[in-house]
Amino acid sequence: MSFLKISDPASTRRMFMGRSGLVLSGAAVALLAGKDALATKSGGSTAGDVQILNTAIGAELEAIAAYQLGAESGLLTKPVLDLAVTFQGHHKEHVALLSSTVEKLGCKAVLAKAKYNFPVEQLKSQLDVLKFAAQLEQGAVSAYLGAVPLFANRDLAKAAASILGDEAMHWAVLRQAIGEAPVPSAFMA
Amino acid sequence: MKPAHPTLRSAAMAYVLCTVGLLAQAAPDATRGEQVYVRCLACHALTTDRVGPRHCGVVGRRAGAVAGFDYSPAMKKSGLVWDEKTLDRFLKKPLALVPGSSMTYDGVPDAGERSDLVAYLKKTNTDVACRTK
Repeated sequence: MSFLKISDPASTRRMFMGRSGLVLSGAAVALLAGKDALATKSGGSTAGDVQILNTAIGAELEAIAAYQLGAESGLLTKPVLDLAVTFQGHHKEHVALLSSTVEKLGCKAVLAKAKYNFPVEQLKSQLDVLKFAAQLEQGAVSAYLGAVPLFANRDLAKAAASILGDEAMHWAVLRQAIGEAPVPSAFMA
Repeated sequence: MKPAHPTLRSAAMAYVLCTVGLLAQAAPDATRGEQVYVRCLACHALTTDRVGPRHCGVVGRRAGAVAGFDYSPAMKKSGLVWDEKTLDRFLKKPLALVPGSSMTYDGVPDAGERSDLVAYLKKTNTDVACRTK
């Protein structure tokens, strides 16, 4: 099955968890499977790549904490809560992938902070929570967009671009939920 | 005196309009900069440290100087002081100016967007939210 032929997000997640090899490119999969030599041959991961991955993990961990804050706020209706938990699950999957990749590269993945500083005093309604989440997701799209060109290993860049697509979908859905045009422009920056 | 040929008049008018347009575009605009700043929001906030350090007070601050923030050794050793010029250079290509920085972001390639962003960061320095941090 081709990476480009996956049409249903739920089945994509199932496939991702069960058969990552079908979703990610050869070298990224090799890293995840522990075949470091193969991965090194196909692109050459560097300390720079690990730094990029760890910065991404840090942001993903914060996103997980932010969704947890939203989920526990008592401000979300059931459908929105379900959505938040689903998106949080995606971020957890991102962290699992990125962290295992860092470890396969022989380095330590960053861990979650003991405490995150969120603007709790500004979150007084479901709309506030959704806007806050949308802002984080938009930032995540930009962050991955800014990280993809920096990878020495192009297969890792491809894996990061795959995550970028997921973040962009989150952002679009959240924009729709807050009553804004889900896709405001043809390009992202 | 013979009036200018219509084509010449049109060309002159177009030149004036384009020049005025370029000048207007060149002026740094903090409001536009705030729109550019949304790209930073995965990692940064004005008043709190996140994956990246807080931005309140960044203009005029020594790089790597927010107390308690875990900077990369490269940033701590950079010797930079953030002003319009250094921020512009850093935002253009962060890892070119500070190799080894944790800011693994390719940069803001558009000079106008960078100057707008710096204008926004300068403006926030004097905002109430920042003055109390």
